[in-house]
Amino acid sequence: MGRKFMARGDRPLSPHLGIYRWEIANSLSIVHRMTGVMLSLGALVFIGWLVSIVAGAEAYEFVQGGLDSLLGRLMLLGWTFCFFYHLANGVRHLFWDIGAGFEKRQAKMSGWAVMIFSVAMTLGFWTLALQGV
Amino acid sequence: MNLQSPLNKVLGLGSAKTGSGHWWAQRLTAVALIPLTIWFTIALLGLPVGSHADMVAWMAVPLNSILLILLVISLVYHSNLGVQVVIEDYVHGGMKVAALIAVQFGHIVLAVAGLYALIVASIGGSS
Repeated sequence: MGRKFMARGDRPLSPHLGIYRWEIANSLSIVHRMTGVMLSLGALVFIGWLVSIVAGAEAYEFVQGGLDSLLGRLMLLGWTFCFFYHLANGVRHLFWDIGAGFEKRQAKMSGWAVMIFSVAMTLGFWTLALQGV
Repeated sequence: MNLQSPLNKVLGLGSAKTGSGHWWAQRLTAVALIPLTIWFTIALLGLPVGSHADMVAWMAVPLNSILLILLVISLVYHSNLGVQVVIEDYVHGGMKVAALIAVQFGHIVLAVAGLYALIVASIGGSS
């Protein structure tokens, strides 16, 4: 439709995403999106799991069995990291929304803090989960 | 001849339109999800996942039901808003509209399924 009139290949594009070097700030930004999409798939599994509980013992054991398999565990491990990352980086974004932590040094530091937090929390959570607290 | 004032033109025809509502809803659900997901993560560690009967009983505890309902609503809403933006940014042409419709419907189904399960669990209707 509008494409024929709007998008002309020879027009200059902004903001020239291709010329930027990968640094902590833009890497974490795209990872925020990717973890968000992964967590949306996780929400699908989470709600399927809730439905299976009321659908009866057989349905629940089928879903829970899948989550307890090696592949299921690996996916849960991935979702755990995605969750802690998206949580911490989301809080980072909320601080930016109120205008805090915008300095280059601060943003870099909070970026590394998010990275360390999400890896540490993922390991911590699974240590506790596997011990059967 | 156009007698519209520049201000009126901007107010009526801004490019954002409903953008600020979307932005605000995304932040509100984000804030709501902080305590809700932390609660669920901690609860997960102590959950009797090995026993179906115990899981049904856990879901039927009023506080758990209420928190799970709030979690499902904010989670699905936040997911819907987020995935919508991702599609708007990376999918173009006719596929974009199709993807947006699919995502919208998918999230509505997800919300209804989750809320249905939680209502059934809380009134003790599960087998």
